Amino acid sequence: MRITIDPITRIEGHLRIDCEVDDGRVADAWASGQMWRGIELILRDRDARDAWIFAQRICGVCTTVHAIASVRAVENALGLEVPLNAQYIRNMIITAHGVHDHIVHFYHLSALDWVDLVSALDADPASAARIAQSVSDWPRNSAQEFAQVQEKLRAFVQSGQLGIFGSGYWGHPAMVLEPEVNLIAAAHYLQALDYQRRANRIVAILGGKTPHIQNMAVGGVANAINLDSQSTLGIERLISIRQVIDDIGAFITQVYLPDVALIGARYADWTAYGAGVTNYLSVPDLPLDTRGTEFALPGGYVPAGALDRFRPIESFSDAYFENGVKESVKHAWYRGGRGALHPYDGETEPEYTDFQEDRKYSWVKSPTFYDDRAQVGPLANVLCLYAAGHEPTHRYLGWLIEQVQQHVGGEIPLAALHSTIGRHAARAVRCAVLHEALQEQWTLLMENLGRSDFDTYNRPDFPQEEVRGVGFHEAPRGVLSHWTVLRNGRIANYQAVVPTTWNAGPRDEADALGPYEASLLDNPVADPDLPLEVLRTVHSFDPCLACAIHMVDAKGGAVTRIQAH
Amino acid sequence: MTAGSHAHGSVLILGLGNILLGDEGLGVRAAERLAQRFELPAGVEVVDGGTSGLDLIDILAGRDHVIVLDAVDADAGPGSLVHLNESAIPIGWQTKQSHHQLGLGDVLAALALLELAPRAMTVIGLVPAEMEPGLELSPVVAARLDDLVDAAVVELRRHGLVPRRRMAADHTVVSAGVDRKAGA
Repeated sequence: MRITIDPITRIEGHLRIDCEVDDGRVADAWASGQMWRGIELILRDRDARDAWIFAQRICGVCTTVHAIASVRAVENALGLEVPLNAQYIRNMIITAHGVHDHIVHFYHLSALDWVDLVSALDADPASAARIAQSVSDWPRNSAQEFAQVQEKLRAFVQSGQLGIFGSGYWGHPAMVLEPEVNLIAAAHYLQALDYQRRANRIVAILGGKTPHIQNMAVGGVANAINLDSQSTLGIERLISIRQVIDDIGAFITQVYLPDVALIGARYADWTAYGAGVTNYLSVPDLPLDTRGTEFALPGGYVPAGALDRFRPIESFSDAYFENGVKESVKHAWYRGGRGALHPYDGETEPEYTDFQEDRKYSWVKSPTFYDDRAQVGPLANVLCLYAAGHEPTHRYLGWLIEQVQQHVGGEIPLAALHSTIGRHAARAVRCAVLHEALQEQWTLLMENLGRSDFDTYNRPDFPQEEVRGVGFHEAPRGVLSHWTVLRNGRIANYQAVVPTTWNAGPRDEADALGPYEASLLDNPVADPDLPLEVLRTVHSFDPCLACAIHMVDAKGGAVTRIQAH
Repeated sequence: MTAGSHAHGSVLILGLGNILLGDEGLGVRAAERLAQRFELPAGVEVVDGGTSGLDLIDILAGRDHVIVLDAVDADAGPGSLVHLNESAIPIGWQTKQSHHQLGLGDVLAALALLELAPRAMTVIGLVPAEMEPGLELSPVVAARLDDLVDAAVVELRRHGLVPRRRMAADHTVVSAGVDRKAGA
């Protein structure tokens, strides 16, 4: 039986998943990006100093990450160093954005794949409080708070104003949480709305505004630092940032991590599904020097899930990364025939056919690392950090696994992370790691200012001859790289290889499945008309394809079409 | 829990869309033009929301009135001016296949749960003609953009807020240009 899940949102679909289901299991799968962007074409011939302004419009969710990858690409092409203050300020934007993004993904974008809000109406708030208090000291885990949330939820259900019951999976047989745990999750869902806002406020203070930051520049940042001033980045703003950082920390360690353990343990069977491609690629980030050779967070490559074979990527200009990436268009709707191409030589010439599962079926290209498919994202990042011996990662991951073991009363091996639920666990661990890094970057900035270094910018000089560079960034969804070829300060070629390209790409030059596709194999599907299990695995990657389109649909037809045939 | 929500009486004009995709960005273009041509009374803020989803929560929280300028998909010809009153704005969680279709409806639903939803909401838009990659608006939409700006001004006046047209000499081009003087 074939299932097609094709979101007909707003104007057109963006990510389509086709599954061949036999005996309640996925036997084959195809991931298809249904929207052509070709935004790289817009950048051609533009001033290289402006590229980031346009690049940050590629995506509505990841604006900052494209801005950062873009300035790094131009800086890399020029061999331009970035002042320490600028690195620290960028690093704070990166980590605050990541914290915000991971909280949003877990609570607001994917929790409802696992949590049944309707069931929460049947919970006993006092029992919910006992369960929540047994795993966390969070002061808001009280029976009173849970009762209030339950009432609020009941009012919403009764008013029907949100239509949240029209399209959810409430009551699906794959929903196994007891009503009390569903209520805990619902309460934290609401609290998380507030905490993700706070994290984003740090980005707004440093970046000038959100959603589109204004402070980036090739060569540094445009923040003027004057410790005594209220209108520039001064002591007052830095102290207010510190307060926000401290507020968020308790939510991550006392709510997010314990919730992932509590819910994950009840879905422990999902550690057996969703592994897919277990080559993991991540890049080092949070540079600690002006040249990008020392990093707070290491990155690299783990082949075939073997952590002992981890190989680090050591600098912004490490040829190991720069030479390893290629993209295939054999199964994508672009003119090909030249085999997989390096991004500097990449072409974006559309050649739309139709959905042809044996030939071309997606607008997404298929990247490879030394000719192998690689999974990117928080799981790849956390496994590489772990393999590199990164202490905070060992600490938070160890804590989380210990919690899950207590819940299930049994051993949970590290290999359980190669799974759908493992991606959620890794994202929570990464959130805590990023938060700690954010605190450190704040301290580093303050110490550097204390040494009376107020530099934030090095002016770029553009040679007439052709230069090329790559800028990479470990974004919330994984490895993001921008590749640029410059001539006389103008852009001659530009390719963005985004995290979702790595994960959502179709079959490659060798017809090997992409990470989404491979992860769906053997997934259970209890009811082909309600393929919640397929969504769980795809959502665990935190897909980000549709972000570039935003339109109000006055026809009210924004629904996901699921077709079993 | 309501830290950061906006003061009573505050009005937001929110331009939405992706300027890289032609007419898709018409809401952002209209908001830019409004801010360039008019001096807005105190309490009225213009924001370029791009294609953001939940990032907009803080920007919308607690506003008295939100006027959204956007590309609107309606059964009308390209360039048509469309007004949506509050009840016609799709609110709620749609099943999300790709997560970041978190549109305006989702943001409003989240704000309703937080009891911070704007007290009034208007969407004014144009039906787009072309949404291919490119920074330019289509001729039909470009020709109607002033109508959209004027409709936003009328909407403000309806609420007793009177924008003052700037003198030609005041026109400051607010572009997304990088500050080249930074650090120099």
